Amino acid sequence: MTAYISRQNVRNAFVAKVQRLAGQNLMACYQCGKCSAGCPMASYMDILPNQIIRLAQLGFEEELLNSKAIWMCASCLACNTRCPKGVRIAEVMEALRQIQLRGRHEHLEVENLPPEVLDKIPPIALIGSLRKFTS
Amino acid sequence: MKLSYYPGCTMKNHASNFEESTLFALGELGVEVEELKRWNCCGTVYSLSADEVMHQVAPVRNMIRAKEAGADQLMTACSMCYNTLKRANARARAIPEQLSRMNAFMYDEPVDYQGDVEVVHALEVVRDQVGLEAVKKKVVKPLKGLKVACYYGCLLMRPREIAFDDSENPTVLEKLVEALGGEPIEFSHKMECCGAYQTVNKPEIVADKTYQILSTARAQGANIVVVSCPLCAFNLDHRQEKTLEIHPDLHTMPIVYFSQLMAIALGGDESVLRLDLHHMPPKPLLAEAGLL
Repeated sequence: MTAYISRQNVRNAFVAKVQRLAGQNLMACYQCGKCSAGCPMASYMDILPNQIIRLAQLGFEEELLNSKAIWMCASCLACNTRCPKGVRIAEVMEALRQIQLRGRHEHLEVENLPPEVLDKIPPIALIGSLRKFTS
Repeated sequence: MKLSYYPGCTMKNHASNFEESTLFALGELGVEVEELKRWNCCGTVYSLSADEVMHQVAPVRNMIRAKEAGADQLMTACSMCYNTLKRANARARAIPEQLSRMNAFMYDEPVDYQGDVEVVHALEVVRDQVGLEAVKKKVVKPLKGLKVACYYGCLLMRPREIAFDDSENPTVLEKLVEALGGEPIEFSHKMECCGAYQTVNKPEIVADKTYQILSTARAQGANIVVVSCPLCAFNLDHRQEKTLEIHPDLHTMPIVYFSQLMAIALGGDESVLRLDLHHMPPKPLLAEAGLL
């Protein structure tokens, strides 16, 4: 992939929004990769957690919002606990999901879940996924 | 000191084995708890967005219920309830402006919440208010023959601000198992997430995680895994069915709550264990060890 980095993108409203929703300073990240090394979901992600932060620093809105990774994150907070710079990566993932969900781009369509699935899973799983994957 | 008890959504159905064994064990240890008369769902996951106040209202409303019951501590046994209640409470205390907005949302409550209820986990109560030495003295059936992998999952000890033990290498469950006469193993995957709510639409990923976690537990010498979260329990226990489809070489293993081990060791009979709610039956192992 060829990536064009521009001052315009780095300072765009999207970067500011991600930082505000996540309550994080993205520029604190120095790309050590510890978040991705310990992420239990990393092997199912198209963009690794440290790459998410890098793309967010540089304002790659489309790549981030269309990634699978933001929906693979299980919010287990392993990355947050281990980041040597105190960046809360899980909050950045949440901010990206929220930007999608607040635009009514649902990730989970509950009405399409078959009854045999709904019968089996406990409320703790269902409510958790609704909170994370629907607006 | 009176403890209010917050069960949470899953303790009353899929995880009745967790609730009944917890209440039995605490009763044996002389801890008096009273369920909140009217409680509402905590939301299961803490909202991570900086601007999100609305989703903090549900957990915080339960604090008002605890105050009404005359309690200054609210105890829960579910890891996810603990995480959500404790973090929402911490946020309400830390950001007065957000707390006043929450109170404004809850204008129909008779009193404002002042941030003065403490959220505690049942394990914390057992360790700090009862004491593991006192637990040891009450053991009538030591858990001989159980080699236990203590699995903490993601939300019991994360983030650090709400943890009641080390966030990377907690040992409270191991110490409890030891006090109960069982043998905790060194378990490298004690903090590895099981995939949590991904189980709803990505069960195959949870099956992978379950395979990794249980295979490691077995390789490191465990014959049983202990948990403190109904979602971990579902993923590690009930998802073994799916795991076997994808990884037929899985050595299946029983999954139990820490409270069930306490109930057994403290002399509880089978009725408080509710073993009927398990997928992989713990009975053969428990019977073999002479614990049933």
